[in-house]
Order: sequence, then C-alpha cells, then structure tokens
Amino acid sequence: MLEIKNLHARSDETEILRGIDLQVNAGEIHAIMGPNGSGKSTLAHVIAGREDYEVTQGEIHYNGKDLLDMEIEVRAAEGIFLAYQYPVEISGVSNKYFLRTAMNCVRKHHGESPIKRTEFIALLKQNLDRLGMDKSMMDRSVNEDFSGGEKKRNEILQMAMLQPKLAVLDETDSGLDIDALKIVANGVNALRSPERATIVVTHYQRLLDYIVPDKVHVLAGGKIVRSGDKSLALELEDKGYGFLQELTAT
Amino acid sequence: MTSENAMLEEFAQREYEHGFVTDIEADAIAPGLSEDVVRLISSKKNEPEWLLEWRLKAYRHWLTLEEPNWHNVKYPPIDYQASVYYSAPKEKPKLSSLDEVDPVLLETYEKLGIPLQEQKVLANVAVDAVFDSVSIATTYRETLEKHGVIFRPFSEAVHEHPELVKKYLGSVIPYSDNFYASLNSAVFSDGSFCFIPKGVRCPMELSTYFRINAQNTGQFERTLIIAEEGAHVSYLEGCTAPKRDEHQLHAAVVELVAMDDAEIKYSTVQNWYPGDAEGVGGIYNFVTKRGACRGKNSKISWTQVETGSAITWKYPSVILQGDNSVGEFYSVAVTANHQQADTGTKMIHIGKNTKSTIISKGISAGVGQNSYRGEVKMMKGATNARNFSQCDSLLIGDRCGAHTFPYIEVRNTTAKVEHEASTSKVGEDQIYYLRQRGLSTEDAVNMIVNGFCKEVYDLLPMEFALEARKLLSVSLEGSVG
Repeated sequence: MLEIKNLHARSDETEILRGIDLQVNAGEIHAIMGPNGSGKSTLAHVIAGREDYEVTQGEIHYNGKDLLDMEIEVRAAEGIFLAYQYPVEISGVSNKYFLRTAMNCVRKHHGESPIKRTEFIALLKQNLDRLGMDKSMMDRSVNEDFSGGEKKRNEILQMAMLQPKLAVLDETDSGLDIDALKIVANGVNALRSPERATIVVTHYQRLLDYIVPDKVHVLAGGKIVRSGDKSLALELEDKGYGFLQELTAT
Repeated sequence: MTSENAMLEEFAQREYEHGFVTDIEADAIAPGLSEDVVRLISSKKNEPEWLLEWRLKAYRHWLTLEEPNWHNVKYPPIDYQASVYYSAPKEKPKLSSLDEVDPVLLETYEKLGIPLQEQKVLANVAVDAVFDSVSIATTYRETLEKHGVIFRPFSEAVHEHPELVKKYLGSVIPYSDNFYASLNSAVFSDGSFCFIPKGVRCPMELSTYFRINAQNTGQFERTLIIAEEGAHVSYLEGCTAPKRDEHQLHAAVVELVAMDDAEIKYSTVQNWYPGDAEGVGGIYNFVTKRGACRGKNSKISWTQVETGSAITWKYPSVILQGDNSVGEFYSVAVTANHQQADTGTKMIHIGKNTKSTIISKGISAGVGQNSYRGEVKMMKGATNARNFSQCDSLLIGDRCGAHTFPYIEVRNTTAKVEHEASTSKVGEDQIYYLRQRGLSTEDAVNMIVNGFCKEVYDLLPMEFALEARKLLSVSLEGSVG
C-alpha cells in the first residue's frame, strides 16, 4: 500500500529525515516510535503533504501512484488520513457541517453524489456512540474550546466517518488519560480490516497495549534504526531511548 | 510558505459577474452640476415647488462644504462637474403593468437574478428596481395596498403622498448633514418610499435593487422608510453595476423613522463594481444611512454585507431617542484587491434604558484596506443605557490591512459601554488541516471566512444569507491551482 524509499526531507535549512525506508501493506498496523526530535511527526506530515517540508531525495508510492506528485486534498480523497497531534480550530464552522463537507469532498473526488442527510445522521450517531461523544459536540465550532481529550476524540471521529485506507496517527495518545486512550484505541481497532492500514506514531509504549502493531520501527536522527515486532516496543519501554545513541552513532 | 501566500494572493483575485452593460437608450442630461441642473432634474420629475426649493437650499449649502478628508481611504480628487446627474432609460410613456416594461430591462434584472415576475409569489418579496436614476417597476403593489402599506418609487410618492414625504424627508438626515448628503439632497433622482401604517406587520419582505448602467453617471437615490406605531417591516437592498474603467459616484441617503413599538430591519447586500485587480475603475460608494428610534420600545436594525465598490464610506446609524429603544448594527465588509472601506456605525443614546449592539466583521485580502469606525454616545438622559461592540478583523495574505477606530462618549454615569476587538489571519495551518480532510484551498478559505461571518449571516433574512454566502465566495474566488 505504502512504499517509502530513501526519503530525505528538510524544513528550511535543517534536514530532518535522512533516508527512510518503510513498507506498509494493507491489513497491517505499524508503530513508529522514537525520542523527541527524531523526525516521527515530520514523517507523518510528509505523507500528508504539508508544504513546510521539502522532500529533497527519495520517493513514496501509494497504491502504485507517486504520492509526492499529489496535492494534499487529493491524497486525502485517495484515502490518506492524518490524525493531528494539535488539531486546528475553525471558528464559526460547526463540527457537523465540517464533517459532512469533508465527506462530500471525498465522495465528489470518486464521482459519487453527496451523502444523504439521513444516512449521514445515522452514521454519525453510530460513531458518536462508539466513541462516547455527546452529540452536542457536533453543533460546536470545529475544535474550538475543546479540551485536549475532546480534540483527540474528534480526530478519531473524523477518521471513523471518512473511513480512510491509510490512517496516520500523530501522537494521538499524548495527553490522554487511560479511559480516553482505550476509546481512541477502539476507534483504530474498529477500522482494522484487510483493505486498510494504520501507522501509529507514538512516544510511549502504553498505546500499543491497546493497539497491537504488526511491526514496530524506531526512528532516531531521521532514520529507522531498528524494526521488529511488538516486543521491540516493550524492550524500548524497558531500556528507554538512551541505548539508541549507540545505534545512531554507528 | 511563500507559495502559500502567493496562493492566497491569487485567491483574492476576483471576477465580477455583474459587469455587463445593458444597451438601452437613455435620456441623460449633460455632465456638470449647477442650479440649472438641479432645476432641470426637478422639472423632469415634475416636482412641486417646495421640493425644488428644498433641493436648491441643499445645493447652495453643498457649495459651502468641503469634501471630508478624515476617513482612512485614499483616492484622487473627484471632479464633480464631470459626472452626469440624471440618466433615465427612455421610457415608453406610462406603464400600467410589468408587461409593458422594456423587455431589455427586464432581461437585465433576470441576469442579476432578480425576477420581477411571478416567481416573487414564492419568494414573498416585493421588489422595487432602480435602473440608473429612475425606478422601473414595483411589484406587489396591490397586495401591499390591501394592508395599507405604501411601497413606491420615491418620485411617485412625491405626487401621491406629498404630505408624508414633506413631513419626513430630511427629518433624520437634514440636507445640511454632510457633504455627500447635501449633494444627494440637491440632485437625488429616485429611490424607494415605504410607509407602514399603525399596527401593521408588513406581509412580505420589501426589496429594492439598484443598478448603475450608463457611463459617467452618478447614482443618487433616496430611500425613506416610516414605521408608525407598532408597525413592522423588513427591507432588503441589493446593488450592482457594470465594469467600467472610470470611477463612478454613488451617494445615497437612507432615512428610517420608527415610532412607538415599531421595528425596522434594513438589510443590504452591496455588490457595486469594485474595480479590477489593478484598482482601475469601480464605484465610489459614499452613503449616509441613519435611523431614528423616535418612539419608545422601537427598534432599528442594520445588517449589511459589503463586498463591492472601490471605496466604501458608510456609517448606518441609529438615534435612540425613545425610552427602551434598541439599535443594532451587524456588518460584514470585504476588501480585496485595491478596495478600501471605511465603514461602521454611530449609536446615539438619548432615551432611558436604550440598548445598542454592534457586531462588525472586516475581511481584507490582496492590498485591501478595511477600517471600522464607530461612535457610541451616551447622552445625559440615557440612564441605564447599554452598548456592546465587537469588531473582528480577518486578514488573508500579508499585504492587506485592518484598522479599528472606536469613539466613545459617555455623559451619564449609569450607562455602560463595552468594546471588544480582535484581529486574526486565515492560518496556513487551518488551510492545511481542511485540505487534509479533502477540501480544496478555495473551499477551505470559504469555509474559514464563512465561519468568521457566521454571527452576522445568522441575522440576515434567509434568502439573503444564501446570496451573501455566494457573493462572498465569488468575491474571494480566484484561479487557485
């Protein structure tokens, strides 16, 4: 589904990603871990297409297409979803209207007609219930005056409604209490299917207690320094990121 | 990030869709202004002596006035002798119904999306259409008359209801009020007159569409709305003009009078030609609008969406004379490309327990300059009067400007005045977020701008809110790659 080869990217003059290779297949969940400043978030945003980052080398293929050639909204319409670490506020735009507009933009891209009102409401209700969200949140402005936990849940709600093929979660677990963490994890697990893939970017192992990854990658200094199965996450938890310094030094 | 800015710049480039010219014969007088011109206009309209005298007094006063220069807009000096002060489509004499209106004119209004015909039954809007200087058609006259509502071109009201016109003309905005109001008083050609008798709730929205067509022509319309005791009326006004390379002058006067328990809601969607991307052409919109809450418990509410004009100079105001009267001003003003706007309101609290609310939303794009200028005055007798003002500015790109000039004067210790102001930018992070959810840049900016204006849109009559939304997206539309 996603194939990243020798990816280098920089912001202004600073090179952040220095040769990433990663392959994510349909049906898989990958966890990307690593210390602060290792390039985890940058990788997530480069996949989404943020224009602040310049890709200087390497390539990304998504379902056989050149991803780097695609506009941000085309990537989104083709099924790439990024759950933001810091979701953005849009004043005066109701959450419900925003969700419906986003869904319709994606549908339009695929030549489908806008979603019917009743169908939308039913789908929304189902997902709100699953995520333990109050429906009054739908009439509030997008992320405005939301608590940290509400914002993260709202990201997962959007993901559940948009049903992406490749979901990238950028530190969605940060700042969440254990109950909220479980809900977020349920949201991700509910989307698990042979046609979809998820990349979970996280600093801590604890999210992986609830979202069990197929593969774990450790990012340091803009490179993947180790890959393994879920036991790698536990090892990291045990040893801390300190031991990576030896790895990156070599 | 510079690419993002370039994109926003591009986005701010607008196409003006009402820029066509209607090819129709006009009866126009030579350019220039003098007592003779004032007399000529008056005689063309077959006006009574008292009105001519009033015009002449206004003209003589105007000669003593200087053009104001305190506003925050820049433009080369206007040659008032170069403008044409009267232009009318050559009419077939005396029309008895809409069917007899020149079909070319009706087509023009169709193009503008203003069907004067039966569609209006569904929309429940009575329309008066002013083309260049004269009123073309007033629909729904009969239905309105059944309720005692008078809705007429101003020039007809002068003949049919001289006592009302005489009583109220200039009673809110005297001919000596300011430079542009004096000019208007001297040369005004037509406009709408509206009278809602005691206790009547106007059965439909009243609406006037203004169109400047002829070249070098100024449009000086005059609107007068009177709501007697307990009367209610909602009035809508829309404006467009063709694309022309030279600037055209528009100096209107609107007077509103609300007696005891009366309510007037006045909504404007102003879309005069704004000029092109380089700032060539466009309408100079110098307008005086004022309402008087004469009676107790009366209410006057101004709602405006201003997307057009090269320059807008306009301060719809309310004089809160009656005890417990309420004044409101809700505004969305957009300046893109080289547009400039200096707009706001005045709330003059005279009576006890008077209340006013001001919500102003300014949006600047391109090199547009947007100024809010508002005055809140609490006079000695304004015991327990209240005002709340909120002025928000939104910037698109980094070459435009937003300015706020609030003036507050309080002479009663029990009065309360609150003022809040904010300035924000359409954030690149917001656009990125919305695009990541599948919206195009254009849709993203529209969504952000519409969200910013929501408080005001919610107050517009529904079909106007839709029009305003559409207008705003057209205003900020561009060739986004």
